[in-house]
Amino acid sequence: MRLGLISDIHANQLALEAVLARCGALRVEQLIVLGDLVGYGPDPEAVVQRMMVLAASGALVLMGNHDEAIGRPTANMNDVALAAINWTRPRLSDASRQFLSQLPLTHRRDDMLFVHADASAPGRWNYVTDTASAHASLAATDAQLTVCGHVHQPQLYCYTATAKVIHHQPSMDIAIPLAPQRRWLAVIGAVGQPRDGNPSAGFAVLDTAAREITFKRAPYDAEAAAERVRAAGLPERLAVRLLTGH
Amino acid sequence: MAKTRLESGSTLDGFIIGDLVHRGGMAHLWQVSRPGDATQMLMKIPVLHEGEDPAAIVSFEMEQMIMPRLKGPHVPRHIANGDFATQPYIVMERLDGETLLPQLDALPLPAETVARLGAKIADALAALHAQGVVHLDLKPSNIMFRPNGDAVLIDFGLAHHRDLPDLMQEEFRLPYGTAPYMAPEQVMGVRNDYRSDLFALGCLMYFFATGTRPFGDPQKLKGLKQRLWQDPVPPRKLQPDIPPWFQEIVLRCLEVRAGRRHPSAAQLAHDLRNPDQVTLTARAGKLTQDGFFAVLKRKGEPPSSLIDKPQADEAELSDAPIVAVALNLDDLTPELSDKLRRTASRILERSPQARLACLNVQKLNRIAMDSSLDEEGNNKHVQRLVGLKDWAQGLKLEQGRITFHVLEAIDPAETILDYARQNNVDHILMGARENSTMRKILGSVSGKVAAEAPCSVTVVRNRQLTEE
Repeated sequence: MRLGLISDIHANQLALEAVLARCGALRVEQLIVLGDLVGYGPDPEAVVQRMMVLAASGALVLMGNHDEAIGRPTANMNDVALAAINWTRPRLSDASRQFLSQLPLTHRRDDMLFVHADASAPGRWNYVTDTASAHASLAATDAQLTVCGHVHQPQLYCYTATAKVIHHQPSMDIAIPLAPQRRWLAVIGAVGQPRDGNPSAGFAVLDTAAREITFKRAPYDAEAAAERVRAAGLPERLAVRLLTGH
Repeated sequence: MAKTRLESGSTLDGFIIGDLVHRGGMAHLWQVSRPGDATQMLMKIPVLHEGEDPAAIVSFEMEQMIMPRLKGPHVPRHIANGDFATQPYIVMERLDGETLLPQLDALPLPAETVARLGAKIADALAALHAQGVVHLDLKPSNIMFRPNGDAVLIDFGLAHHRDLPDLMQEEFRLPYGTAPYMAPEQVMGVRNDYRSDLFALGCLMYFFATGTRPFGDPQKLKGLKQRLWQDPVPPRKLQPDIPPWFQEIVLRCLEVRAGRRHPSAAQLAHDLRNPDQVTLTARAGKLTQDGFFAVLKRKGEPPSSLIDKPQADEAELSDAPIVAVALNLDDLTPELSDKLRRTASRILERSPQARLACLNVQKLNRIAMDSSLDEEGNNKHVQRLVGLKDWAQGLKLEQGRITFHVLEAIDPAETILDYARQNNVDHILMGARENSTMRKILGSVSGKVAAEAPCSVTVVRNRQLTEE
């Protein structure tokens, strides 16, 4: 089965539509959405509505820290993120807020675990940014493959025979075999706010039969998305980020 | 891990097991076949013992990942992988003939023979490196040849693939490789420098031409590290009839700093095929090892300061291209000559490791094929070399970055194409024929080259002035 892995959409509708179109072209059979549907971006209601439709037709949607923050005004966040959440909250319908509040933190399927951030404490939203944090996440599960987001930079970690963690910086469009006798942690890049220097929307495709993961990018009109951020009156920093990918 | 008992005549995943053809320490090789498939096939089965060095497993996993991704005549064609859950195996094309190992009985071989062999192996390395793979275990027993002479590299159990997770990377404390051929940076744990394979090829050529291994066969890490500070006995000291150009090439391969070796396998192959174009340095004339104090000084340095750590972008070969410029000296206007030079200069400035081969095709007369040997023919040859050198003078390239070749042929386009194929040329630069009447009669050489070249082609033409 071909799974489309997407994460950190952050209310960026243009980026989301570009990724969904690419997933369609790549014959993705099911979409796994790893959380952070809202926050930072200008189109929260449209993105959540789209996700509700996708969820109704089989997509799996998980909760991220920004989705949680909609229902929890005291959430621990930096100023820009908090300002964006406060801007977002009144712009969501009751149905959307309800949808976000009910999203699960994790999903286990066969030997795969899906989660927004570090799997050792899913509700604490720790970042997996290096081999030490990847080790903590991998040690907390027996899943052969853990898939998460939250970091906005694509990464791959492997838990080896000698209980060490190897980091691999994935190249785009290369199918990477996930040897079944190793355990793996894949960090999926962000759809709506990449931070690895490449402004194109990030996602990945997992072929569960071939046990191969391919990291991908979908180019989209980031200038238009940045204009929408400005028009919404959100912090300028959030517009610039979309253009530079940092 | 379930183990299937293999024996001749049994079947595994549709493969009929034939004879056991090789029983090695790391793996066994079985001849296998498949109904309705005439391909000669080998099945490689790892020898795995519980509780033993996990390196054997990891190395087999890496080979299972890398082999299906390799293409071309310089590797055995991959056919199938067997799952670790049942019986791990790799099925691949079976090659006829032997590895280079039996040749060890015949050493030393003449330097010219070793250079021809080395050029073939360097071609295979160039093809492998172009696919983002460093072999890291190049040695006689891992090299075979196809009937047409192409070298084939086998055993990718220690290889590194640029785009795949390197499971060998941080797994083990000791460096993995084969002691006599391991590059100094590999001894220090660096696994992503393609120039490590050039060092190994240098060891092989040294061994084949002298009958002596340049760094012996040390069995301990301490002995392996010795190559970081102790240079080998110069080959010509061991075999006085070895020509200086051969020693120059081999000792350049054996430089401790990867940055001082040839910038690519293709450039090494080019040197091995063009001995008269090799720039001789102090390496060529060296007859003794470095003195006691020089070695002592190096020994006092931290080992990591003696090697070059590869930069991320250095792993890419695109920065060390071979550029061939084909000059038609009989039909070269000053304007076109200048424009070609400026275009070449721009390409070379962007790639400081690039190398330029200046070609001129001397057209042979179909009737008087043998006249090229006479006095007049020789004069013509020299005149053309002078012409090429004159053209290149304005580029102000240092020696070693530029070579000159006068080729003789009936069909110039085919000759340029052959040169590009044989020398792994990355970019051909040539002028368009100025005279359109000539082009009509003779056809366009650049058109044919551009259409059939195995690489990029830039055809340089002066802007045509439109008539008012």
